[in-house]
Amino acid sequence: MSEMKKSAWSPSSRELERQRLRRKISKRQATIAALSSILVLSIITVILITSPGWESVKTTFFDIDYGKEVFPTVVRGIWVNLQLTVIGGFFIGLIALGLALMRTTKSPALTPFRFLATAYVDIFRGAPLILIILLVGFGVPALRLQGISSNVIFLGTVAVVLTYSAYVAEVIRSGIMSIHRSQIAAARSLGLTSAQAMRYVVLPQAFRRVVPPLLNDLVSLLKDTGLVSILGVTDAVRAAQINASRTFNYTPYVVASILFLIITIPVTRYTDRAIRSRMTSQSQEGEI
Amino acid sequence: MKNVLELVNVRKSFENELVLNDLNLVVPEHTATVLIGASGSGKSTLLRCINLLVRLDDGQIFLDGEEITDPLVNVDDVRRKLGMVFQSFNLFPHLTVLQNITLAPMRVQGKSKEQAHDEAIALLKRFDLGDKADQYPDRLSGGQQQRVAIIRSLAVNPRLLLLDEITSALDPVLVNEVLSIVRDLKSDGMTMVLATHEMGFATQVADEVCFLESGNILERGSAEQVLQFPQNQKTKDFLRRLHEAGRLG
Repeated sequence: MSEMKKSAWSPSSRELERQRLRRKISKRQATIAALSSILVLSIITVILITSPGWESVKTTFFDIDYGKEVFPTVVRGIWVNLQLTVIGGFFIGLIALGLALMRTTKSPALTPFRFLATAYVDIFRGAPLILIILLVGFGVPALRLQGISSNVIFLGTVAVVLTYSAYVAEVIRSGIMSIHRSQIAAARSLGLTSAQAMRYVVLPQAFRRVVPPLLNDLVSLLKDTGLVSILGVTDAVRAAQINASRTFNYTPYVVASILFLIITIPVTRYTDRAIRSRMTSQSQEGEI
Repeated sequence: MKNVLELVNVRKSFENELVLNDLNLVVPEHTATVLIGASGSGKSTLLRCINLLVRLDDGQIFLDGEEITDPLVNVDDVRRKLGMVFQSFNLFPHLTVLQNITLAPMRVQGKSKEQAHDEAIALLKRFDLGDKADQYPDRLSGGQQQRVAIIRSLAVNPRLLLLDEITSALDPVLVNEVLSIVRDLKSDGMTMVLATHEMGFATQVADEVCFLESGNILERGSAEQVLQFPQNQKTKDFLRRLHEAGRLG
């Protein structure tokens, strides 16, 4: 039916004139944007190249041949970061969900867990990650507990998981709290228990809301896995450091940075798009 | 006739404000009790008390002769016997119309997916919403959403239906499609308590009309008695104000 309407309608001369004008305006805007970008980029390039130390910076930071040489080592390193992120991310998700549920529960039997969860979040959200890594990495082996691995990769991952599950728990909890109470009232009035209302009504809606902040945390997590290098884990940062301190050429750091960016930029772009599409689909105001 | 619902000296206050003042109410089986009164007169609170969404300060509520205000009663079991429809629909936005309706039959009553599904489709078809089963609520008009909300509460075969100003958030054109469902349910013999500002509708379905003012039932009786020949001055004032607002259909 709508197709019939469409074929019957042809734009008025006024609308055609408006469209022509809009195209003209957007063409002009595109030209301005291109010119401005070229100008700014050229100025930055000129400042860099004409700076007195440029030649030595070029050889110590942007040595392409040396970069190619260390590339495989750094890639092996970033593979470690990726593994830490994926394995760590899995446990972070599990623990964070548990913490968030404990903190939002009102069940009297779980009262001690609610206090424990609150204390946990306060401690691990408040202490710098690097200190937690050092404390876990050097403290746990010193306990000489039977059956606890003193593998640095394992301990580093544990430290990151401890800290990030506190961050992520708060994100999930804020999602849970953002669901309007009338939704819970509707679920309970149908006879669902409070656990069922959480599982089938609150959590599915909460998760949709917290996807963008969780993706942000995922990017931070990947970057922060670089910190476990202080325990001696040969990740991308450590691999670059070893090479750089051997040759006093800092190109490996640049290589490592580029490798991190190759992974993180698509995720951040995707996050932005997810947020924007949600905002336009939820608002009555359309695209502003 | 059996009494489905009985309220005895029900009292509720929020902060220092007395919202329900020792109310007594009896709702026999297959009857509709209509609560009228200005906003803030306690109609919604009364419905929420019956559904145990709000806890009483004093008094008792009986459902089929069993006291549901006993602290040892399982709240979820009580709510399974009650259907509640809200002014703001409160459909679950992440679920389709069909999933909204089948959630409670499947999770609360333990029906199989097929059975819950078939019963939901039958209800949707009966109320002319058969083609909306797979839509999400935000694609529906307000009137359609509220009809789905009513069907959702019917899907658990409630003993008593509580309707809280279910047409107050709708534009006048959509009001009737929602009210006609309630009329159908009434002629099926559903027992219900409803709060409304639609006096024409109240006249059609009410077996008893109660006029609430500041937590008291000031006047009660048949629709004709209360709406045509009110005795209490405050009832008269309220009805006159409604009339002036053009809502006395």
